[in-house]
Amino acid sequence: MPSILTLIIFLPLVGALAIAFIPSGREKAIRLTAFAFNAAVLALAGIIVGRFDRSVPGIQFLEHHLWIPQAGIHYTVGIDGISLGLVFLTALLGVIAGLASNGIKTRVKEYFLFYQILMTGMLGTFLALDLVVFYIFWETVLIPMFFLIGIWGGPRREYAAWKFFFYTLAGSVVMLLAILAIFIFIKPHTFNMIALKQLAPQLTGNIQNILFLMFFFAFAIKIPVFPFHTWLPDAHVEAPTPVSVLLAGVLLKMGTYGLLRVCVPYFPLAMQTFAWSLGFLGVINLIYGACAAFAQTDFKKMIAYSSVSHMGFVLLGVAAMNSAGLNGSLLEMFNHGIITGAMFLLVGVIYDRAHTRELSAFGGLSTSMPRYAFFLTFMALASLGLPGLSGFVGEFLSIVGVFSTLPALAVFSAIGLIAVVALFLIVIKKVLWGRAKEGVIWPDMTGIEIAAVLPLVVITLAVGFYPEVILKFQKTAIDILVNFI
Amino acid sequence: MVKIAHWIPVFPFLAFWLNMMVGRRLGKGAGYIAVAASALSAVVSFLVFQGLFAGGTSYSLGTWITINGNPITVGIIVDSLTVMMLLVVSVVGTLIQIYSIGYMAEDPRFSRFFAYISLFMACMLGVVLADNLLLLFIFWEGVGLCSCLLVAFWYEKPAAAAAGLKAFITTRVGDTGFLIGILILLASGHSLRFADLGGLPGHDFLMTVAALLIFMGAVGKSAQFPLHVWLPDAMEGPTAVSALIHAATMVAAGVYLVARSYVLFLDHPLALQTVAVIGAISAVMAASIACKMNDIKRVLAYSTMSQLGLMMLGLGVGGYTAGTFHLMTHAFFKALLFLGAGSVIHAVHTQDIREMGGLLNKMKVTGITFIVGSLALAGIMPFAGFWSKDEIFLAISHQGNPVFFFAAALTSFLTAFYMARLIFMTFFGAYRGKHHAHESPAVMTSPLVVLAVFAAGLGFIGSPLCNGVFQHFIEKGDEVVALNYSMVIFSTVLSFSGIALAYAITIRGFALPPAVLSNISWLTRLVENKYYFDELYDFLFVQPFLRLCGAFKRFDALRVDGFVNGVAAFVGALAQVIRKAQTGLVENYLLMQAGGMLLILLTIMGKICRLF
Repeated sequence: MPSILTLIIFLPLVGALAIAFIPSGREKAIRLTAFAFNAAVLALAGIIVGRFDRSVPGIQFLEHHLWIPQAGIHYTVGIDGISLGLVFLTALLGVIAGLASNGIKTRVKEYFLFYQILMTGMLGTFLALDLVVFYIFWETVLIPMFFLIGIWGGPRREYAAWKFFFYTLAGSVVMLLAILAIFIFIKPHTFNMIALKQLAPQLTGNIQNILFLMFFFAFAIKIPVFPFHTWLPDAHVEAPTPVSVLLAGVLLKMGTYGLLRVCVPYFPLAMQTFAWSLGFLGVINLIYGACAAFAQTDFKKMIAYSSVSHMGFVLLGVAAMNSAGLNGSLLEMFNHGIITGAMFLLVGVIYDRAHTRELSAFGGLSTSMPRYAFFLTFMALASLGLPGLSGFVGEFLSIVGVFSTLPALAVFSAIGLIAVVALFLIVIKKVLWGRAKEGVIWPDMTGIEIAAVLPLVVITLAVGFYPEVILKFQKTAIDILVNFI
Repeated sequence: MVKIAHWIPVFPFLAFWLNMMVGRRLGKGAGYIAVAASALSAVVSFLVFQGLFAGGTSYSLGTWITINGNPITVGIIVDSLTVMMLLVVSVVGTLIQIYSIGYMAEDPRFSRFFAYISLFMACMLGVVLADNLLLLFIFWEGVGLCSCLLVAFWYEKPAAAAAGLKAFITTRVGDTGFLIGILILLASGHSLRFADLGGLPGHDFLMTVAALLIFMGAVGKSAQFPLHVWLPDAMEGPTAVSALIHAATMVAAGVYLVARSYVLFLDHPLALQTVAVIGAISAVMAASIACKMNDIKRVLAYSTMSQLGLMMLGLGVGGYTAGTFHLMTHAFFKALLFLGAGSVIHAVHTQDIREMGGLLNKMKVTGITFIVGSLALAGIMPFAGFWSKDEIFLAISHQGNPVFFFAAALTSFLTAFYMARLIFMTFFGAYRGKHHAHESPAVMTSPLVVLAVFAAGLGFIGSPLCNGVFQHFIEKGDEVVALNYSMVIFSTVLSFSGIALAYAITIRGFALPPAVLSNISWLTRLVENKYYFDELYDFLFVQPFLRLCGAFKRFDALRVDGFVNGVAAFVGALAQVIRKAQTGLVENYLLMQAGGMLLILLTIMGKICRLF
């Protein structure tokens, strides 16, 4: 009997198999099947959250089988406070982006095949506890994503898809080398990520530093960290709405998750050595991303660059290397997934009507689309870190954390926040305020569009109002992490 | 004592959601819901006020978040300062919302207006109830947001949309300081509770910096120099908003913050001194600008900034009760003045006082209540503003710095001047407008009357005639108040000379000789252009920021991405070169093979030769 984690990882793949047997003409059946499987995944994620024991430190629902004995590779999966939120986020966005896939009209069958494979890859990455299995799932994400952008994307989709592919591949190759190096350097040889936590202190001095940098390179591309970020705006602008939601909501978190899962526990000394640089990159991401976003004229590109900015907070929190910073960093990952996921949905809503994303084409939508105005204003405010909404809590904790270790960077990031505020206010002003353009009357959001955004609004509100709803799940795991440092 | 204080912001908060969701279907009902919620808050505030005498105290609702082991509680303050603010906010707020039902009656977004106002009320009451800096900061940002949304309420007007952004971003600059101040306290391991701010251990200089940074937040919110530039522009919002947010309550939150964390400032004299200096500069500067403004709302806006400066000055020289007393009286008479201005604008459809005149005959209630409010603002005995302003004068003379006293006196003189000028140009003389002016409906005038009663009589509770009831309430009788006759005479003469000068200029047509005028033309230009702050900030911050953003965008496309694409292009070009070797002709491959073998042979032979 497979554990619930194995079930949640491979259920989407079973869904893909089921979809493969449906004739491609029966689009409705395909959509319904995909939705049913994604809903089941979300239900499973809900059960996992419900059965998760917060008082237990360490891994739960552990499943461990020998897979390839000759190479010492085990199929090991498990969950703890670090991955729990991200798994739930993935399952939730899986359903929501699935709903938003209604706009996909061509080659629906292939689309959902890739979509379901992508889901398996993402869930597997967060749940794998064997470095090789982790790597396999990490790479599994790459291929469906490549096709999803390259086939269903915008005019420059092939350029964007290849760019994404090569960039991530370059990171993955380096990561694979690093994984092999860990296997070779550590005695007894193992890929087991739990055992490695105890064994990692064997890695000393420059070996630790170099391995850290190799992993960081792979993660930095995924996060993305300046100057490895330029694949992101291209990928986002070309990707269809639901793919953007998953890209920003989940894929970027794979990189930051890797920092917490691999870099902090295995290379604590290197982390100390590079903490300042990491934080500095965080501040650069924050300010550079916000400023570059501010100058964009494409709505979606603007939000894409704002992701770069928000990821800066995650980096800052990790660089802080204390409880507040790491908690803030992990919370910010979750929040960013929810908020930016919603933002991309909203960009999609307007693109479906206007068939353009140029900001100059919009204006005055508050009058003609009041519901849209509410949701966009709400999410823009959450993005700019308005207290009372979830974005603030993660950012605040990250800054608090970093202030006690690297105060100068915290001050810069607090000042940089002004640029983030200006950025999202200008979004509101350009899209919603002012006078509507001549002859522009677009219908307000439909029921399905609202249904897709509403859960994200509720979560944003709940976490902002009472952050403990999330923090209580991650606290124990973060405490363990802090003890490694 | 029942713990009910935390329910006070809940009613408006519920009204906000109700109006957001179904408000459009309710018609006028949206306004009634908001007013009812606000009135409920006022009732509960009165109950809390009563409870205070029955021994009501602050309490905690639990932990909100734990930061590096430092728990931040959701604590509710129940003390005299908070209760005073609760009453001011809920009573003035309710009156202004009643007025708004009439004022906003024709607006297509009627329900949205009341939704925002309710959210504002909830946040503002939250600011007042919060027992620690972080909780206060959360609500503090909330009121800032509502201010932004309401300033830009008529977002079709570009000026309104721009003003909304300006309000949010400028106050956010101050709040960045506030945030860093909180970070310093947190990182030093201090509790953020106001009750624990006294006698903070730690480096004195660092704590002074923390106090100054927290004050920076107050400077932004209270539109004090140098972060005042947003307030005049904020007048683009509906006038009821200006009355509630930009006169009576939110802008006063900065003064409240200083009063609330007063022990922190008392412990660090440099910080307290800064409060006084900033207050003095703001008071004089704004009062001078108000003298040259012709927009009725902008006169009042600069007046607000000036009076807030006076409050800061009062707090800064150690006059805790003086500052808070003036905060309370000002809330009533300034709300009255703004609502009166709204009533006038409603009637004549212009904000330019040069197109008004003689309105007293056409709008009796508005005119008389407006004059009452002006007398209170100008500090004429026995109206409310007189007693509280007098308190500040006394506090300054008690501290003894002549510069501060001069600043306060000059402000007082200028205040009397510009208010008298405003009154004369609006309500006296001949009507210069085109529109047919009429009195506003009762729903708008009755709040004016109620506020006028407060503006006339509220000062007595803090006057020596009533034995300083207010002072005993707020400070538990630490400060002794006695009627200082020389001060009364001095300030009265000062105010009347301001009024006389305004009378001479506006009614009698008195003008300075041209020779004098041309000599001070630089001064009038400076004042008319509001000391060029907007231009300066545009040059110093806005344009560089925009340029930086553009530069980053180009840098990203050309350099960063250019490098990435360059790498790709380099690999591609290299492949193009190497690919030429793949000719597909066997002869070529054989030739290369032969060449390679020759190379190997030569190498081996070379090695063999070296052996010998």
